[in-house]
Amino acid sequence: MARASLRKTYGKALSRTKENLVEAFHALVEDKLAMSGLIILVVFVLMGLIGPFFIPPPTPSPNIYAPPSLQHPFGTDFQGEDIFAKIVYGTTSMLIIAFVTGIFITIIAVLLGSIAGYLGGYVDNVIMGFADILLAIPQLPLFLILAVLVKFLDIVSLALLISALSWPTAARAFRSQFLSLKERDFVEASRLLGFNSLEIIVYDLIPNILPYILINVVLNAVYAIYIVTSLAYLGIIPFESNNWGIMLYQAWAFGTIYNKRTFMYIMAPIGAIVFLQLGLLLFSRALEVIFNPRVRTGE
Amino acid sequence: MSAKIRSVLKSYAFLRLIRAIVIIIVVVSISFFIVRLMPGNPVDLYIVYLETTYSMPYQQAKAMAAAIFGVNLNEPLYKQYIEYMINVFRGNLGRSMFMNGMPVIKIIAQYLPWTVFTVGTGLLISFIFGILIGMAIAYRRGGILDSTITILSSILNSVPNYIIAMLLIIIFGDYLGVVPFSMLRGAYSSNVIPGWNIPFIMSVIQHAIFPIFTYVITTIGGWILLMRGSTISVLGEDYITVARARGLPESKIMTTYVGRNAILPIFTNFTIAVAFIFGGSVLVESIFVYPGIGLRLLQAINQRDYPVMQGIFLIITIAVIAANYLADVLYGLLDPRIRVR
Repeated sequence: MARASLRKTYGKALSRTKENLVEAFHALVEDKLAMSGLIILVVFVLMGLIGPFFIPPPTPSPNIYAPPSLQHPFGTDFQGEDIFAKIVYGTTSMLIIAFVTGIFITIIAVLLGSIAGYLGGYVDNVIMGFADILLAIPQLPLFLILAVLVKFLDIVSLALLISALSWPTAARAFRSQFLSLKERDFVEASRLLGFNSLEIIVYDLIPNILPYILINVVLNAVYAIYIVTSLAYLGIIPFESNNWGIMLYQAWAFGTIYNKRTFMYIMAPIGAIVFLQLGLLLFSRALEVIFNPRVRTGE
Repeated sequence: MSAKIRSVLKSYAFLRLIRAIVIIIVVVSISFFIVRLMPGNPVDLYIVYLETTYSMPYQQAKAMAAAIFGVNLNEPLYKQYIEYMINVFRGNLGRSMFMNGMPVIKIIAQYLPWTVFTVGTGLLISFIFGILIGMAIAYRRGGILDSTITILSSILNSVPNYIIAMLLIIIFGDYLGVVPFSMLRGAYSSNVIPGWNIPFIMSVIQHAIFPIFTYVITTIGGWILLMRGSTISVLGEDYITVARARGLPESKIMTTYVGRNAILPIFTNFTIAVAFIFGGSVLVESIFVYPGIGLRLLQAINQRDYPVMQGIFLIITIAVIAANYLADVLYGLLDPRIRVR
């Protein structure tokens, strides 16, 4: 029965999506901001995916602090490596860590938020108590201290650590969504039909907030980029040599701000970080336009 | 028990105080167990360091480590834990492993005021202006001003604080050259004498402008968006329509009906904002070389000065919890519904 209900729920959603796909696409084309977000993100994904096949990896050369030229669009850095190549090679790992962390945070937040919001009572108090404690601890100092005590070995363990400590904000939001959803009539109907809590959460509640979950992944990815580039800037994650945060640190530490010739050296990683953050933010708006008909019609 | 005492014990402010203290105790415990129980924990590492570098006998190294970290290593762990708790609440956070064993609390007393000054001012300015702008554009929703500010706010909300700090230095210090670099570094100029004199205070304000500006720019967008959303939903309430129908002046409706009710849901976000801004001080202070607690934490981390690291981490967390407690009490004053349960 549960499986049939699942197929029905998702099948209905799918056919509705098909019907609305054309409409959503038109709305997306008309919304310039959402569209530009999509374009920025596509550019970064292409850069991260196929860029390394066309652009040779950055290698040290005697030509240091070169100004922008055709051969080096953004010039070269303190050890003669091409800055544009470093940006391209840093994109892949940045996108991976942003989305892996974004997905991890969202999974934990949906799980804990749904349990707390739906079950309420004692369980709710315990989960939200944990959330309150984590929220009171400033994240960046916490990561800095943990980085001294634990050695971060690779991207995935770093992503796991960030998401294990950064779920409370999103969990709170999901909890309040579940709190209002569980009072709705269709949930009451499912309960009367004899479905248990797990089935109601999986088949009734989560499909209803699916667009919201996707948007949350993107917003958490924005947060992950902030934390990862900050940690890289402060020299905490040494395994990422092409990370934009490390480029930023090198450009800052080697005094490029005092030299106008190497203006692009510092502006390249700044631009990359800002554009990716902005692209993701506007992309979350595009998701809203696609999934939420109320946004499409302008409320 | 008299009725008065009972009402105090059940009051909102008192319950919140209990909650704040519980969170502080949990954080102090976590910090104790991380430092004491981790494999290769700092205390053991320090003993090994003393033994190998100064060829100290084990007992002497152990005694020295115990003095530095403010723990008694010969006692069972639970007794160490209780002792550590008591020490923390008496303000004894151990001693620095460098600087001739300077007490951590003295280091904190030296650096914390700068951070509280800049972060606190930044938070207040950003909150007040964010609330006002958010409310103003909610009244003009759909207009060109509204859409411009909304988009600008969400952009500002996503640009990392260290990038704003760097851009301020690059643009004003380097590219335009309107601000001397010496004003973008440190907390005051080297040619003034610290104390209550005009040149010193002027210098302090000049040096604080850019860090404060960074905090304001990176957080104001969030407040604007929250207040806008909150005000719009309040404006749709029936009691606003009724107030208008009663012929109340619009200014009174705006302050006592709309403003007061729209601010309430925003207070919940205070926790996140305070923690974020205090955490960000590590980055902002390192870029402006501002001698606050964030910069000192970074130095301690680079030196692996564990007692200082632990102490500063605790102080930052306690500061966040204290700021939240103040926000909670203010919330209770604004919203009479939650004052009495």
